Amino acid sequence: MTHIGAVALNTFREAVRDRVLYNLVFFALLMIGAAILVGQISIGIEQIVIVSLGLSAISFIGLLMAVFIGVGLVSKEMDKRTIYALLAKPVRRWEFLVGKFAGLVFTLLVNTAAMSAGLFFALAYVKHGLQSADAGVLVAVYFILLKLAIVVALALLFSCSTTSLLAILYCAGLYLAGSFVQQMRTLRTDLMGNATATFMRWLSYLLPNFENFSVTGPVAHGRAIPGALILQNTLYAVVYCTVILAVAAAVFSRRNLK
Amino acid sequence: MPGSASGPAIQTENLTKEYPYGFLHLKKKTSLEGLTLQVETGEVFGFLGPNGAGKSTTIKLLMGLIFPTRGHARLLGKPTTDVAMHRDIGYLPEQPYFYDYLTAAEVLDYFAKFFDFTAQERRERVQRMLQKVGLETAGKIQLRKYSKGMLQRVGLAQAILHDPPLVILDEPMSGLDPVGRREVRDIILELKRAGKTILFSTHILPDAEMLCDRVGVLVGGKLQGVGAPGDLVGIKAQEVEILFTLAPTAQAHAPKNDHAPLLAKAARIGERFRLQVKEEELYAALEQLRGASAKILSVSQIKPSLEEYFMHLVAADRAQAAAVEVSGK
Repeated sequence: MTHIGAVALNTFREAVRDRVLYNLVFFALLMIGAAILVGQISIGIEQIVIVSLGLSAISFIGLLMAVFIGVGLVSKEMDKRTIYALLAKPVRRWEFLVGKFAGLVFTLLVNTAAMSAGLFFALAYVKHGLQSADAGVLVAVYFILLKLAIVVALALLFSCSTTSLLAILYCAGLYLAGSFVQQMRTLRTDLMGNATATFMRWLSYLLPNFENFSVTGPVAHGRAIPGALILQNTLYAVVYCTVILAVAAAVFSRRNLK
Repeated sequence: MPGSASGPAIQTENLTKEYPYGFLHLKKKTSLEGLTLQVETGEVFGFLGPNGAGKSTTIKLLMGLIFPTRGHARLLGKPTTDVAMHRDIGYLPEQPYFYDYLTAAEVLDYFAKFFDFTAQERRERVQRMLQKVGLETAGKIQLRKYSKGMLQRVGLAQAILHDPPLVILDEPMSGLDPVGRREVRDIILELKRAGKTILFSTHILPDAEMLCDRVGVLVGGKLQGVGAPGDLVGIKAQEVEILFTLAPTAQAHAPKNDHAPLLAKAARIGERFRLQVKEEELYAALEQLRGASAKILSVSQIKPSLEEYFMHLVAADRAQAAAVEVSGK
Protein backbone atom coordinates (compact mmCIF):
# COMPACT_ATOMS: atom_id res chain seq x y z
CA MET A 1 0.00 0.00 0.00
CA THR A 2 2.91 2.36 0.77
CA HIS A 3 4.22 1.90 -2.75
CA ILE A 4 0.82 2.54 -4.32
CA GLY A 5 0.36 5.61 -2.12
CA ALA A 6 3.78 6.99 -3.10
CA VAL A 7 3.06 6.60 -6.84
CA ALA A 8 -0.45 8.05 -6.39
CA LEU A 9 0.82 11.08 -4.49
CA ASN A 10 3.46 11.72 -7.14
CA THR A 11 0.84 11.49 -9.90
CA PHE A 12 -1.31 14.03 -8.06
CA ARG A 13 1.70 16.28 -7.51
CA GLU A 14 2.50 16.12 -11.23
CA ALA A 15 -1.04 17.27 -12.08
CA VAL A 16 -0.81 20.15 -9.60
CA ARG A 17 2.68 21.25 -10.71
CA ASP A 18 1.72 20.99 -14.39
CA ARG A 19 -1.13 23.41 -13.61
CA VAL A 20 -3.84 20.95 -14.61
CA LEU A 21 -6.13 22.32 -11.90
CA TYR A 22 -6.10 25.73 -13.62
CA ASN A 23 -9.24 24.50 -15.39
CA LEU A 24 -11.03 25.35 -12.14
CA VAL A 25 -10.61 29.03 -12.94
CA PHE A 26 -12.41 28.49 -16.25
CA PHE A 27 -15.18 26.58 -14.47
CA ALA A 28 -15.54 29.28 -11.80
CA LEU A 29 -15.87 31.97 -14.50
CA LEU A 30 -18.45 29.82 -16.35
CA MET A 31 -20.53 29.36 -13.20
CA ILE A 32 -20.39 33.05 -12.21
CA GLY A 33 -21.34 34.11 -15.74
CA ALA A 34 -24.16 31.55 -15.94
CA ALA A 35 -25.54 32.52 -12.52
CA ILE A 36 -25.66 36.20 -13.46
CA LEU A 37 -27.15 35.48 -16.89
CA VAL A 38 -29.72 32.99 -15.62
CA GLY A 39 -30.74 35.41 -12.86
CA GLN A 40 -31.60 37.92 -15.57
CA ILE A 41 -33.29 35.81 -18.28
CA SER A 42 -35.04 32.85 -16.66
CA ILE A 43 -38.02 32.75 -14.37
CA GLY A 44 -38.64 29.61 -12.33
CA ILE A 45 -36.14 27.38 -14.15
CA GLU A 46 -32.96 28.76 -12.58
CA GLN A 47 -32.24 25.49 -10.79
CA ILE A 48 -32.71 23.38 -13.93
CA VAL A 49 -30.41 25.57 -16.01
CA ILE A 50 -27.70 25.96 -13.37
CA VAL A 51 -27.66 22.27 -12.35
CA SER A 52 -27.72 21.02 -15.95
CA LEU A 53 -24.99 23.40 -17.03
CA GLY A 54 -22.88 22.79 -13.92
CA LEU A 55 -23.08 18.97 -14.05
CA SER A 56 -22.42 18.93 -17.80
CA ALA A 57 -19.36 21.13 -17.32
CA ILE A 58 -18.08 18.96 -14.42
CA SER A 59 -18.57 15.85 -16.55
CA PHE A 60 -17.00 17.32 -19.71
CA ILE A 61 -13.96 18.86 -18.00
CA GLY A 62 -13.45 15.68 -15.94
CA LEU A 63 -13.71 13.58 -19.09
CA LEU A 64 -11.09 15.67 -20.88
CA MET A 65 -8.75 15.30 -17.89
CA ALA A 66 -9.41 11.57 -17.51
CA VAL A 67 -8.71 10.85 -21.18
CA PHE A 68 -5.85 13.24 -21.92
CA ILE A 69 -3.96 12.69 -18.67
CA GLY A 70 -4.99 9.02 -18.44
CA VAL A 71 -3.54 7.99 -21.82
CA GLY A 72 -0.19 9.48 -20.79
CA LEU A 73 -0.03 7.85 -17.36
CA VAL A 74 2.21 5.00 -18.52
CA SER A 75 3.26 5.98 -22.06
CA LYS A 76 4.65 9.33 -20.88
CA GLU A 77 6.76 7.59 -18.26
CA MET A 78 8.08 5.24 -20.95
CA ASP A 79 8.69 7.99 -23.51
CA LYS A 80 10.55 10.13 -20.97
CA ARG A 81 12.30 7.04 -19.55
CA THR A 82 11.36 8.06 -15.98
CA ILE A 83 9.96 4.57 -15.48
CA TYR A 84 13.38 2.84 -15.61
CA ALA A 85 14.65 4.21 -12.31
CA LEU A 86 11.27 3.65 -10.67
CA LEU A 87 10.82 0.01 -11.69
CA ALA A 88 14.40 -0.68 -10.57
CA LYS A 89 13.10 -0.08 -7.05
CA PRO A 90 11.28 -2.87 -5.21
CA VAL A 91 7.96 -1.84 -6.71
CA ARG A 92 5.84 -4.28 -8.67
CA ARG A 93 4.45 -3.27 -12.04
CA TRP A 94 0.86 -3.70 -10.90
CA GLU A 95 1.56 -1.48 -7.88
CA PHE A 96 2.83 1.18 -10.27
CA LEU A 97 -0.35 0.91 -12.38
CA VAL A 98 -2.73 0.98 -9.41
CA GLY A 99 -0.80 3.93 -7.96
CA LYS A 100 -1.10 5.82 -11.25
CA PHE A 101 -4.82 5.04 -11.39
CA ALA A 102 -5.37 6.14 -7.78
CA GLY A 103 -3.36 9.32 -8.33
CA LEU A 104 -5.42 10.45 -11.30
CA VAL A 105 -8.72 9.48 -9.64
CA PHE A 106 -7.66 11.51 -6.59
CA THR A 107 -6.80 14.47 -8.86
CA LEU A 108 -10.25 14.17 -10.44
CA LEU A 109 -11.82 13.94 -6.98
CA VAL A 110 -10.16 17.20 -5.89
CA ASN A 111 -11.06 18.85 -9.19
CA THR A 112 -14.66 17.62 -9.08
CA ALA A 113 -15.05 18.62 -5.41
CA ALA A 114 -13.85 22.14 -6.14
CA MET A 115 -16.17 22.43 -9.16
CA SER A 116 -19.08 21.09 -7.11
CA ALA A 117 -18.46 23.78 -4.51
CA GLY A 118 -18.63 26.34 -7.33
CA LEU A 119 -21.88 24.80 -8.58
CA PHE A 120 -23.45 25.02 -5.11
CA PHE A 121 -22.37 28.65 -4.78
CA ALA A 122 -24.03 29.46 -8.11
CA LEU A 123 -27.14 27.51 -7.08
CA ALA A 124 -27.31 29.32 -3.75
CA TYR A 125 -26.90 32.65 -5.58
CA VAL A 126 -29.79 32.12 -8.01
CA LYS A 127 -32.09 30.44 -5.44
CA HIS A 128 -31.09 32.74 -2.60
CA GLY A 129 -30.23 29.73 -0.47
CA LEU A 130 -30.00 25.90 -0.60
CA GLN A 131 -32.57 23.22 0.29
CA SER A 132 -32.16 19.59 1.41
CA ALA A 133 -33.39 18.43 -2.01
CA ASP A 134 -30.28 19.97 -3.55
CA ALA A 135 -28.27 17.13 -1.97
CA GLY A 136 -29.28 15.12 -5.06
CA VAL A 137 -26.67 17.17 -6.94
CA LEU A 138 -24.03 15.50 -4.78
CA VAL A 139 -25.25 12.07 -5.93
CA ALA A 140 -25.01 13.20 -9.54
CA VAL A 141 -21.45 14.45 -8.90
CA TYR A 142 -20.61 11.11 -7.26
CA PHE A 143 -21.88 9.27 -10.34
CA ILE A 144 -19.76 11.50 -12.57
CA LEU A 145 -16.74 10.57 -10.48
CA LEU A 146 -17.52 6.85 -10.80
CA LYS A 147 -17.84 7.28 -14.56
CA LEU A 148 -14.53 9.11 -14.71
CA ALA A 149 -12.84 6.32 -12.72
CA ILE A 150 -13.92 3.83 -15.39
CA VAL A 151 -12.63 6.15 -18.12
CA VAL A 152 -9.28 6.46 -16.29
CA ALA A 153 -9.04 2.64 -16.03
CA LEU A 154 -9.68 2.32 -19.78
CA ALA A 155 -7.20 5.09 -20.60
CA LEU A 156 -4.60 3.38 -18.41
CA LEU A 157 -5.16 0.07 -20.21
CA PHE A 158 -4.63 1.71 -23.60
CA SER A 159 -1.69 3.68 -22.24
CA CYS A 160 0.03 0.34 -21.47
CA SER A 161 -0.50 -1.11 -24.88
CA THR A 162 -0.63 1.49 -27.62
CA THR A 163 0.33 5.02 -28.65
CA SER A 164 -1.24 8.09 -27.02
CA LEU A 165 -3.11 9.09 -30.18
CA LEU A 166 -4.68 5.66 -30.63
CA ALA A 167 -5.41 5.49 -26.90
CA ILE A 168 -7.34 8.80 -27.12
CA LEU A 169 -9.32 7.49 -30.12
CA TYR A 170 -10.12 4.18 -28.37
CA CYS A 171 -11.21 5.98 -25.18
CA ALA A 172 -13.40 8.42 -27.09
CA GLY A 173 -14.92 5.56 -29.09
CA LEU A 174 -15.65 3.48 -26.01
CA TYR A 175 -17.11 6.48 -24.21
CA LEU A 176 -19.47 7.22 -27.07
CA ALA A 177 -20.45 3.56 -27.46
CA GLY A 178 -20.89 3.22 -23.68
CA SER A 179 -23.24 6.19 -23.70
CA PHE A 180 -25.65 4.32 -26.00
CA VAL A 181 -25.62 0.89 -24.41
CA GLN A 182 -29.35 0.94 -23.61
CA GLN A 183 -30.18 1.66 -27.24
CA MET A 184 -27.94 -1.21 -28.27
CA ARG A 185 -29.90 -3.56 -26.01
CA THR A 186 -33.25 -2.46 -27.40
CA LEU A 187 -32.31 -2.78 -31.07
CA ARG A 188 -34.73 -4.71 -33.30
CA THR A 189 -33.04 -8.15 -33.07
CA ASP A 190 -35.66 -9.67 -35.40
CA LEU A 191 -34.06 -7.71 -38.23
CA MET A 192 -30.60 -9.22 -37.53
CA GLY A 193 -29.18 -12.68 -37.94
CA ASN A 194 -28.81 -14.82 -34.81
CA ALA A 195 -25.05 -14.38 -34.68
CA THR A 196 -25.29 -10.60 -35.01
CA ALA A 197 -27.99 -10.38 -32.35
CA THR A 198 -25.91 -12.50 -29.94
CA PHE A 199 -22.81 -10.42 -30.69
CA MET A 200 -24.68 -7.16 -30.09
CA ARG A 201 -26.11 -8.46 -26.83
CA TRP A 202 -22.69 -9.56 -25.52
CA LEU A 203 -21.12 -6.34 -26.72
CA SER A 204 -23.71 -4.27 -24.87
CA TYR A 205 -22.77 -6.05 -21.64
CA LEU A 206 -19.02 -5.86 -22.25
CA LEU A 207 -19.03 -2.13 -23.01
CA PRO A 208 -19.01 0.20 -20.01
CA ASN A 209 -22.58 1.33 -19.42
CA PHE A 210 -22.18 5.07 -18.93
CA GLU A 211 -25.90 5.70 -19.32
CA ASN A 212 -26.54 4.41 -15.80
CA PHE A 213 -24.37 7.21 -14.42
CA SER A 214 -26.32 10.01 -16.09
CA VAL A 215 -28.88 11.43 -13.66
CA THR A 216 -28.62 15.11 -14.58
CA GLY A 217 -32.29 15.34 -15.70
CA PRO A 218 -33.91 13.98 -12.53
CA VAL A 219 -31.49 15.86 -10.26
CA ALA A 220 -32.07 19.16 -12.08
CA HIS A 221 -35.79 18.69 -11.54
CA GLY A 222 -35.21 18.01 -7.84
CA ARG A 223 -36.17 14.30 -8.00
CA ALA A 224 -34.49 11.94 -5.51
CA ILE A 225 -32.11 9.22 -6.72
CA PRO A 226 -32.94 5.72 -5.38
CA GLY A 227 -30.43 4.20 -2.95
CA ALA A 228 -30.45 0.96 -4.97
CA LEU A 229 -29.10 2.83 -8.02
CA ILE A 230 -26.32 4.35 -5.92
CA LEU A 231 -25.32 0.90 -4.67
CA GLN A 232 -25.62 -0.67 -8.13
CA ASN A 233 -23.51 2.02 -9.81
CA THR A 234 -20.87 1.86 -7.05
CA LEU A 235 -20.53 -1.92 -7.39
CA TYR A 236 -20.55 -1.70 -11.19
CA ALA A 237 -17.75 0.89 -11.21
CA VAL A 238 -15.65 -1.04 -8.66
CA VAL A 239 -15.97 -4.34 -10.54
CA TYR A 240 -15.43 -2.76 -13.98
CA CYS A 241 -12.34 -0.83 -12.81
CA THR A 242 -10.92 -3.93 -11.09
CA VAL A 243 -11.30 -6.06 -14.22
CA ILE A 244 -9.80 -3.39 -16.50
CA LEU A 245 -6.89 -2.80 -14.13
CA ALA A 246 -6.27 -6.56 -13.90
CA VAL A 247 -6.11 -6.76 -17.71
CA ALA A 248 -3.82 -3.70 -17.80
CA ALA A 249 -1.54 -5.29 -15.18
CA ALA A 250 -1.41 -8.55 -17.18
CA VAL A 251 -0.51 -6.66 -20.38
CA PHE A 252 2.06 -4.45 -18.66
CA SER A 253 3.71 -7.23 -16.64
CA ARG A 254 5.22 -8.77 -19.81
CA ARG A 255 5.90 -5.54 -21.66
CA ASN A 256 9.51 -4.93 -22.69
CA LEU A 257 10.49 -1.41 -21.63
CA LYS A 258 12.88 -0.70 -24.52
CA MET B 1 24.35 -7.06 4.34
CA PRO B 2 21.63 -8.90 2.43
CA GLY B 3 22.67 -10.74 -0.64
CA SER B 4 26.38 -10.18 -0.12
CA ALA B 5 27.02 -13.77 0.93
CA SER B 6 29.55 -15.87 -0.95
CA GLY B 7 28.82 -16.71 -4.57
CA PRO B 8 28.67 -14.56 -7.65
CA ALA B 9 26.80 -11.28 -7.45
CA ILE B 10 25.72 -11.57 -11.09
CA GLN B 11 25.37 -14.74 -13.05
CA THR B 12 23.98 -15.07 -16.57
CA GLU B 13 23.64 -18.17 -18.66
CA ASN B 14 23.03 -18.13 -22.40
CA LEU B 15 21.20 -14.81 -21.99
CA THR B 16 19.72 -13.90 -25.36
CA LYS B 17 17.45 -11.09 -26.48
CA GLU B 18 15.85 -10.95 -29.87
CA TYR B 19 13.50 -8.22 -31.06
CA PRO B 20 10.98 -8.99 -33.78
CA TYR B 21 10.69 -6.42 -36.55
CA GLY B 22 9.12 -5.95 -39.94
CA PHE B 23 5.44 -5.49 -40.78
CA LEU B 24 4.36 -8.87 -39.43
CA HIS B 25 7.16 -9.10 -36.85
CA LEU B 26 8.46 -12.18 -38.62
CA LYS B 27 12.10 -11.04 -38.80
CA LYS B 28 14.28 -11.01 -35.71
CA LYS B 29 17.13 -8.79 -34.68
CA THR B 30 19.45 -10.25 -32.09
CA SER B 31 20.57 -7.61 -29.60
CA LEU B 32 22.31 -10.03 -27.27
CA GLU B 33 23.43 -13.54 -28.08
CA GLY B 34 24.16 -16.27 -25.55
CA LEU B 35 25.76 -14.17 -22.84
CA THR B 36 27.28 -16.36 -20.14
CA LEU B 37 29.01 -14.30 -17.52
CA GLN B 38 29.79 -14.22 -13.85
CA VAL B 39 30.62 -11.15 -11.76
CA GLU B 40 32.05 -11.96 -8.35
CA THR B 41 30.97 -10.27 -5.14
CA GLY B 42 33.06 -7.19 -4.37
CA GLU B 43 34.30 -6.89 -7.93
CA VAL B 44 34.24 -3.81 -10.18
CA PHE B 45 33.28 -5.10 -13.60
CA GLY B 46 33.31 -2.94 -16.72
CA PHE B 47 31.14 -3.59 -19.73
CA LEU B 48 32.78 -2.26 -22.87
CA GLY B 49 31.46 -2.10 -26.37
CA PRO B 50 30.53 0.26 -29.20
CA ASN B 51 27.02 1.66 -29.59
CA GLY B 52 24.50 -1.09 -30.27
CA ALA B 53 26.78 -3.78 -28.87
CA GLY B 54 24.17 -4.94 -26.37
CA LYS B 55 25.44 -3.34 -23.14
CA SER B 56 22.22 -1.53 -22.24
CA THR B 57 20.18 -4.55 -23.35
CA THR B 58 22.13 -6.72 -20.92
CA ILE B 59 21.66 -4.25 -18.09
CA LYS B 60 17.93 -3.91 -18.78
CA LEU B 61 17.63 -7.70 -18.78
CA LEU B 62 19.39 -7.83 -15.42
CA MET B 63 17.03 -5.18 -14.03
CA GLY B 64 13.92 -6.98 -15.29
CA LEU B 65 12.95 -4.06 -17.54
CA ILE B 66 12.97 -6.35 -20.57
CA PHE B 67 12.61 -10.12 -20.69
CA PRO B 68 15.05 -12.61 -22.22
CA THR B 69 14.16 -14.60 -25.32
CA ARG B 70 16.37 -17.41 -24.01
CA GLY B 71 18.59 -18.02 -21.02
CA HIS B 72 18.38 -16.61 -17.55
CA ALA B 73 20.15 -14.37 -15.08
CA ARG B 74 20.50 -14.26 -11.31
CA LEU B 75 21.46 -11.28 -9.19
CA LEU B 76 22.69 -11.96 -5.66
CA GLY B 77 21.48 -15.52 -6.11
CA LYS B 78 17.93 -14.54 -6.99
CA PRO B 79 16.19 -14.59 -10.39
CA THR B 80 15.69 -11.24 -12.12
CA THR B 81 11.92 -11.73 -11.92
CA ASP B 82 12.10 -11.38 -8.11
CA VAL B 83 11.20 -7.71 -7.62
CA ALA B 84 11.97 -7.85 -3.87
CA MET B 85 15.66 -8.33 -4.69
CA HIS B 86 15.69 -4.75 -6.03
CA ARG B 87 16.09 -3.69 -2.38
CA ASP B 88 19.71 -4.77 -2.72
CA ILE B 89 20.41 -3.27 -6.12
CA GLY B 90 21.12 0.27 -7.22
CA TYR B 91 20.59 1.14 -10.89
CA LEU B 92 21.52 4.17 -12.94
CA PRO B 93 19.80 4.15 -16.36
CA GLU B 94 21.57 5.39 -19.47
CA GLN B 95 20.97 9.13 -19.96
CA PRO B 96 18.72 9.27 -16.90
CA TYR B 97 15.67 11.48 -16.92
CA PHE B 98 13.52 12.10 -13.88
CA TYR B 99 10.26 13.88 -13.10
CA ASP B 100 11.15 17.41 -14.16
CA TYR B 101 8.46 18.99 -11.99
CA LEU B 102 10.26 17.74 -8.86
CA THR B 103 13.37 19.07 -7.19
CA ALA B 104 16.38 16.78 -6.69
CA ALA B 105 15.53 16.44 -3.00
CA GLU B 106 11.91 15.54 -3.84
CA VAL B 107 12.84 12.95 -6.45
CA LEU B 108 15.26 11.27 -4.02
CA ASP B 109 12.65 11.36 -1.26
CA TYR B 110 10.12 9.80 -3.66
CA PHE B 111 12.46 6.93 -4.52
CA ALA B 112 13.36 6.48 -0.84
CA LYS B 113 9.69 5.80 -0.09
CA PHE B 114 10.02 2.42 -1.79
CA PHE B 115 12.38 1.27 0.94
CA ASP B 116 11.63 0.80 4.62
CA PHE B 117 12.96 4.15 5.83
CA THR B 118 11.27 6.42 8.32
CA ALA B 119 10.59 10.03 7.28
CA GLN B 120 13.58 11.17 9.39
CA GLU B 121 15.89 8.56 7.77
CA ARG B 122 14.70 9.62 4.34
CA ARG B 123 15.50 13.28 5.05
CA GLU B 124 18.99 12.40 6.31
CA ARG B 125 19.78 10.09 3.41
CA VAL B 126 18.57 12.58 0.83
CA GLN B 127 20.79 15.32 2.30
CA ARG B 128 23.77 12.95 2.48
CA MET B 129 23.34 11.84 -1.13
CA LEU B 130 22.93 15.39 -2.44
CA GLN B 131 26.16 16.29 -0.67
CA LYS B 132 27.94 13.21 -2.01
CA VAL B 133 27.12 14.05 -5.63
CA GLY B 134 27.77 17.77 -5.21
CA LEU B 135 24.18 18.97 -5.52
CA GLU B 136 23.57 20.22 -1.99
CA THR B 137 23.09 23.80 -3.20
CA ALA B 138 20.90 22.82 -6.16
CA GLY B 139 18.67 20.38 -4.28
CA LYS B 140 15.70 22.74 -4.21
CA ILE B 141 15.68 23.57 -7.93
CA GLN B 142 13.22 21.76 -10.22
CA LEU B 143 14.95 19.17 -12.42
CA ARG B 144 13.66 20.87 -15.60
CA LYS B 145 16.35 23.48 -14.96
CA TYR B 146 19.16 20.92 -14.57
CA SER B 147 21.93 20.30 -17.08
CA LYS B 148 22.62 16.80 -18.41
CA GLY B 149 25.56 16.43 -16.05
CA MET B 150 23.47 17.45 -13.04
CA LEU B 151 20.78 14.91 -13.99
CA GLN B 152 23.51 12.27 -14.18
CA ARG B 153 24.48 13.13 -10.61
CA VAL B 154 20.85 12.84 -9.45
CA GLY B 155 20.77 9.47 -11.19
CA LEU B 156 23.84 8.34 -9.34
CA ALA B 157 22.42 9.58 -6.03
CA GLN B 158 19.17 7.63 -6.46
CA ALA B 159 21.15 4.52 -7.39
CA ILE B 160 23.11 4.44 -4.14
CA LEU B 161 20.47 6.07 -1.91
CA HIS B 162 19.58 2.81 -0.14
CA ASP B 163 23.19 1.62 0.26
CA PRO B 164 22.79 -1.47 -1.98
CA PRO B 165 25.44 -4.22 -2.08
CA LEU B 166 25.20 -4.38 -5.89
CA VAL B 167 25.30 -1.26 -8.06
CA ILE B 168 24.63 -1.36 -11.81
CA LEU B 169 25.48 1.79 -13.72
CA ASP B 170 24.70 2.28 -17.40
CA GLU B 171 27.20 4.78 -18.84
CA PRO B 172 27.78 6.65 -15.54
CA MET B 173 30.37 9.01 -17.09
CA SER B 174 28.16 10.03 -19.99
CA GLY B 175 27.50 13.76 -20.19
CA LEU B 176 29.91 14.68 -17.44
CA ASP B 177 32.73 17.20 -17.64
CA PRO B 178 36.24 16.14 -16.47
CA VAL B 179 35.46 17.25 -12.91
CA GLY B 180 32.21 15.30 -12.88
CA ARG B 181 33.95 12.23 -14.30
CA ARG B 182 36.56 12.43 -11.61
CA GLU B 183 33.85 12.68 -8.93
CA VAL B 184 31.99 9.66 -10.33
CA ARG B 185 35.27 7.71 -10.43
CA ASP B 186 35.85 8.62 -6.79
CA ILE B 187 32.34 7.47 -5.85
CA ILE B 188 32.88 4.15 -7.64
CA LEU B 189 36.19 3.67 -5.84
CA GLU B 190 34.53 4.55 -2.53
CA LEU B 191 31.82 1.97 -3.20
CA LYS B 192 34.50 -0.58 -4.04
CA ARG B 193 36.31 0.15 -0.77
CA ALA B 194 32.99 -0.38 1.03
CA GLY B 195 32.87 -3.89 -0.49
CA LYS B 196 30.09 -3.24 -3.02
CA THR B 197 29.88 -5.07 -6.29
CA ILE B 198 29.77 -2.69 -9.24
CA LEU B 199 28.95 -3.38 -12.85
CA PHE B 200 29.13 -0.44 -15.20
CA SER B 201 29.08 0.05 -18.92
CA THR B 202 31.24 2.67 -20.52
CA HIS B 203 32.70 3.99 -23.73
CA ILE B 204 35.52 5.67 -21.87
CA LEU B 205 38.25 3.06 -21.93
CA PRO B 206 40.82 4.77 -19.66
CA ASP B 207 38.15 4.88 -16.94
CA ALA B 208 37.55 1.15 -17.34
CA GLU B 209 41.32 0.47 -17.20
CA MET B 210 41.60 2.60 -14.08
CA LEU B 211 38.59 1.28 -12.16
CA CYS B 212 37.83 -2.27 -13.19
CA ASP B 213 39.05 -5.52 -11.74
CA ARG B 214 37.74 -7.19 -14.85
CA VAL B 215 36.13 -6.08 -18.06
CA GLY B 216 33.92 -7.78 -20.61
CA VAL B 217 33.93 -6.63 -24.22
CA LEU B 218 30.65 -6.91 -26.08
CA VAL B 219 30.67 -6.47 -29.83
CA GLY B 220 27.69 -7.18 -32.08
CA GLY B 221 25.71 -8.66 -29.19
CA LYS B 222 28.38 -11.23 -28.39
CA LEU B 223 30.82 -11.32 -25.53
CA GLN B 224 34.22 -11.25 -27.22
CA GLY B 225 36.45 -11.36 -24.18
CA VAL B 226 36.42 -11.24 -20.39
CA GLY B 227 39.30 -10.69 -18.04
CA ALA B 228 41.47 -8.24 -16.16
CA PRO B 229 42.32 -5.30 -18.45
CA GLY B 230 46.02 -6.24 -18.30
CA ASP B 231 45.35 -9.87 -19.20
CA LEU B 232 43.03 -8.99 -22.04
CA VAL B 233 45.48 -6.73 -23.80
CA GLY B 234 48.18 -9.33 -23.25
CA ILE B 235 46.31 -11.68 -25.55
CA LYS B 236 47.65 -9.74 -28.52
CA ALA B 237 51.21 -10.34 -29.77
CA GLN B 238 53.74 -8.39 -27.68
CA GLU B 239 56.37 -6.07 -29.02
CA VAL B 240 59.57 -4.76 -27.45
CA GLU B 241 60.98 -1.25 -27.48
CA ILE B 242 64.76 -0.71 -27.39
CA LEU B 243 66.26 2.70 -26.74
CA PHE B 244 69.94 3.12 -27.62
CA THR B 245 72.59 5.58 -28.62
CA LEU B 246 75.36 5.20 -31.18
CA ALA B 247 78.84 6.59 -31.26
CA PRO B 248 79.07 9.54 -33.74
CA THR B 249 81.27 7.52 -36.13
CA ALA B 250 78.82 4.60 -36.19
CA GLN B 251 75.78 6.81 -36.70
CA ALA B 252 76.62 7.48 -40.36
CA HIS B 253 76.67 3.79 -41.24
CA ALA B 254 74.36 2.05 -38.80
CA PRO B 255 70.94 2.60 -40.34
CA LYS B 256 72.24 1.57 -43.78
CA ASN B 257 74.20 -1.46 -42.54
CA ASP B 258 73.15 -4.50 -44.62
CA HIS B 259 74.33 -6.82 -41.84
CA ALA B 260 71.96 -5.15 -39.40
CA PRO B 261 68.55 -4.98 -41.16
CA LEU B 262 66.65 -4.50 -37.92
CA LEU B 263 68.65 -1.38 -37.12
CA ALA B 264 67.39 0.18 -40.32
CA LYS B 265 63.94 0.33 -38.68
CA ALA B 266 65.23 2.46 -35.79
CA ALA B 267 63.83 5.96 -35.48
CA ARG B 268 66.00 8.82 -34.29
CA ILE B 269 64.70 10.86 -31.35
CA GLY B 270 67.22 13.62 -30.64
CA GLU B 271 70.46 11.93 -29.60
CA ARG B 272 68.77 8.59 -29.07
CA PHE B 273 67.38 5.90 -31.32
CA ARG B 274 64.17 3.94 -30.76
CA LEU B 275 63.68 0.51 -32.20
CA GLN B 276 60.45 -1.46 -31.96
CA VAL B 277 60.70 -5.17 -32.76
CA LYS B 278 58.64 -8.29 -32.22
CA GLU B 279 59.48 -10.36 -29.14
CA GLU B 280 61.01 -13.15 -31.20
CA GLU B 281 63.31 -10.65 -32.93
CA LEU B 282 64.69 -9.26 -29.66
CA TYR B 283 67.90 -11.29 -29.48
CA ALA B 284 68.71 -10.75 -33.14
CA ALA B 285 68.20 -7.00 -32.65
CA LEU B 286 70.44 -6.97 -29.57
CA GLU B 287 73.11 -8.89 -31.47
CA GLN B 288 73.00 -6.36 -34.31
CA LEU B 289 73.17 -3.48 -31.82
CA ARG B 290 76.24 -5.03 -30.17
CA GLY B 291 77.82 -5.36 -33.63
CA ALA B 292 77.20 -1.66 -34.18
CA SER B 293 78.72 -0.79 -30.78
CA ALA B 294 75.43 0.70 -29.63
CA LYS B 295 74.89 1.69 -26.04
CA ILE B 296 71.58 0.18 -24.91
CA LEU B 297 69.62 2.54 -22.66
CA SER B 298 66.51 0.44 -22.04
CA VAL B 299 64.58 -2.57 -23.23
CA SER B 300 60.87 -2.59 -22.39
CA GLN B 301 57.80 -4.56 -23.36
CA ILE B 302 55.11 -2.65 -25.22
CA LYS B 303 51.65 -3.54 -23.95
CA PRO B 304 48.80 -2.55 -26.20
CA SER B 305 46.19 -0.38 -24.49
CA LEU B 306 42.67 -1.58 -23.82
CA GLU B 307 41.59 0.79 -26.56
CA GLU B 308 43.76 -0.99 -29.10
CA TYR B 309 42.35 -4.34 -28.00
CA PHE B 310 38.83 -2.93 -28.19
CA MET B 311 39.37 -1.48 -31.66
CA HIS B 312 40.91 -4.75 -32.80
CA LEU B 313 37.74 -6.63 -31.76
CA VAL B 314 35.43 -4.03 -33.33
CA ALA B 315 37.39 -4.14 -36.59
CA ALA B 316 37.26 -7.95 -36.61
CA ASP B 317 33.51 -7.90 -36.02
CA ARG B 318 32.93 -5.38 -38.80
CA ALA B 319 35.09 -7.42 -41.18
CA GLN B 320 33.10 -10.54 -40.32
CA ALA B 321 29.79 -8.71 -40.80
CA ALA B 322 30.97 -7.39 -44.18
CA ALA B 323 32.05 -10.91 -45.22
CA VAL B 324 28.64 -12.33 -44.27
CA GLU B 325 26.94 -9.55 -46.24
CA VAL B 326 29.08 -10.25 -49.33
CA SER B 327 28.48 -14.02 -49.15
CA GLY B 328 24.75 -13.30 -48.68
CA LYS B 329 24.71 -11.39 -51.96
